Amino acid sequence: MDNIAGKKSSLTWAVHISVAVLVFLWMFPTVGLLVSSFRSADQISGSGWWKALFPQEQNVMIRTADPALQQQIDGAYVIEGNLFEQDGLPIGTVSVWGTSSRDINAYKPGDTADLGEDGQLTVTENGDYTLLKTTEFSGSRGERVFLTAKTPPTFTLQNYKTVLFSGQATDKMGKAFLNTFTVTIPATIIPILIAAFAAYALAWMDFPGRALLIAAVVALLVVPLQLALIPLLSFHGAVVEATIAFLGTPDPDNLRRFATVNGLGRLLGFEPGEAVSSKGYLGVWMAHTGFGLPLAIYLLRNYMVGLPKDIIENARVDGATDFQIFTKIILPLSFPALASFAIFQFLWTWNDLLVALVFLIDSSGDTTVMTRQIVELLGTRGGNWEILATAAFVSIAVPLTVFFFMQKYLVRGLLAGSVK
Amino acid sequence: MHPAVQGLLTIAIGVSACIGYFYFSNILLDKVIFPARGTHAGRNINRANLIRPWLFLFPALAALGLYLAYPVVETLRLSLTDRDMGGAFIGLENYRKMSIDPKFWEAMRNNALWLLVVPAASTAMGLLVAQLTDRIRWGAIAKSLIFMPMAISFVGAAVIWKLVYDARPLGTEQIGILNAILVALGGEPHTFLTLPFWNNFFLMVVLIWIQTGFAMVILSAALRGVPEETIEAAIVDGANPFQIFFKIKIPQIMGTIVVVWTTITITVLKVFDIVFAMTNGQWETQVLANYMYDKLFRANDWGVGSAAAMVIMLLVTPILVWNVYNARKEMK
Repeated sequence: MDNIAGKKSSLTWAVHISVAVLVFLWMFPTVGLLVSSFRSADQISGSGWWKALFPQEQNVMIRTADPALQQQIDGAYVIEGNLFEQDGLPIGTVSVWGTSSRDINAYKPGDTADLGEDGQLTVTENGDYTLLKTTEFSGSRGERVFLTAKTPPTFTLQNYKTVLFSGQATDKMGKAFLNTFTVTIPATIIPILIAAFAAYALAWMDFPGRALLIAAVVALLVVPLQLALIPLLSFHGAVVEATIAFLGTPDPDNLRRFATVNGLGRLLGFEPGEAVSSKGYLGVWMAHTGFGLPLAIYLLRNYMVGLPKDIIENARVDGATDFQIFTKIILPLSFPALASFAIFQFLWTWNDLLVALVFLIDSSGDTTVMTRQIVELLGTRGGNWEILATAAFVSIAVPLTVFFFMQKYLVRGLLAGSVK
Repeated sequence: MHPAVQGLLTIAIGVSACIGYFYFSNILLDKVIFPARGTHAGRNINRANLIRPWLFLFPALAALGLYLAYPVVETLRLSLTDRDMGGAFIGLENYRKMSIDPKFWEAMRNNALWLLVVPAASTAMGLLVAQLTDRIRWGAIAKSLIFMPMAISFVGAAVIWKLVYDARPLGTEQIGILNAILVALGGEPHTFLTLPFWNNFFLMVVLIWIQTGFAMVILSAALRGVPEETIEAAIVDGANPFQIFFKIKIPQIMGTIVVVWTTITITVLKVFDIVFAMTNGQWETQVLANYMYDKLFRANDWGVGSAAAMVIMLLVTPILVWNVYNARKEMK
């Protein structure tokens, strides 16, 4: 736009460079986590992740093969082999080597070291060595070689196996992954359904108090959900107590435990002495529905109001009922807005910690979600970066996928929800 | 039953109950209560149309009322009563107790810092990125990458940044990039998150990193909406790119900047996960939302916890009123 006058802005290069720097800064922390999740614990604590992408120099002590493997060639005794194959080391290149721990940089690759009465040792760049002596080798162990070797980057999938499939008590991420889905899917679908009907009523039906209700929705958009925690926890408890009183009689010491169960309760699978927790999926779905509704109604109403009036009025004249207009015309036309909100709600419920902590996760921990598991890991295994990074990346991967595939709708929703 | 099957079953029941409600309540209204036939057909249709909006609205109103409106009132009541005394009214006693708690004032101070720094920094960075990427060919990709943290959970972001801030004793290899740079420049490694006062800013960086993308997306759309004639006129008059940006573009998108600013302000007031996961309010990093969680679920003090929640509500109220005012103005 600034080039309209016909001259190229002299700032163009500065702009390219600053954007590149900003993108680099913004990506760097996330890439760090991703790279770390593919490194072993030793690698992570051995060097910064940014070095993992380049060949690494490391110092190792390796012994040559046993004297038992010696061969006799042309009157001399020879032991041959490759140093990198000895210890299952990653194949690399030798930069310098030595035969004593006091002087590990004594020789270059290709040099021959004179070991006195132990013979002569040659080490080449790719790790091949030849130990040569005129008399027979004796003893049970090979010669010590101190290598300074450059090893290429190595990565492992082991962390993902540990985190997702090991099933250890502290690493139950696999279960948490499923639980998170169980929370997220209904918590996305239910508010959309409820909000779509309400938004249609607020956009296209005439009734007293409509303007007031729209104002109320706008007001509720910013009410912090922190206020809802205690009142709703009590409410969910009261619902449990009422249910128990309905399906049997409560234990006098604990109103949330069955003393006896009546016929209907037995039919539903309850047993005497069974305690019912006020925390669970139903509660967390309801909570997410309630907290997501203002934005859902607001977004959908704004979108529906903008739909062409003619279509709706023609349908009315042709005798369509409101229900038919809604399901056959409005819903299909509102798909972009529905998709926008669905992404919002999905990201928000997937990434949520507070609502799950308060309404879902009970003392048994069976219903734990990933965000909660990660916080737990941060506390108990703050130093185990390989587990932490992998767990975090597993939980980030799903929203990131959604983000990159449906970014268009996310942006559209943000614009509709904020710009007034 | 396998949990996944159980989950799917519950999902199916919940969703079909929802659809069933809307479908059958409409049939009930049209066919049984006010049938559109017989002697009163016309009157019945009118009556049905009077009731139908409320059928459509009922589930939403019930959920909103129960999950957002009622809690505001109930929290206010809880903040004025004592749970141990059987819910007796004790006036402002909880607020008094809170006001002599140094942790509360620490949270207030930190929240004030967050409110000053995060919305300003995020909006400024967002504006900068929006303006810069607007002019280059690979701007869309750059924007998408800077927008990406929006999809990452606060907890995930906490882990990401803990790795950035990680500190190892001097002499061992640093695996956190910040300390690695510090040591490479000849400094000493710092445990950034336990450095009182400054650690607040290290936590804020995490939220700024997340929110910049949000600000960028909205401001970038606003910048595109600036009429080209005004910019052309400025170029003809000899304005340089900086003058065009600050004197032509910024004033025209001021309304959007304010919206972005207030939206991020609300996010900041509710910030919980980042502090909870990274420091849990230790080393003088407490914020209101985490203070409230501490009081409610660790100290089990519902009175002071509710009072803290009311403080958050009070801070949000001006924005709430302003939003409603704007929305009503727009509808007229």
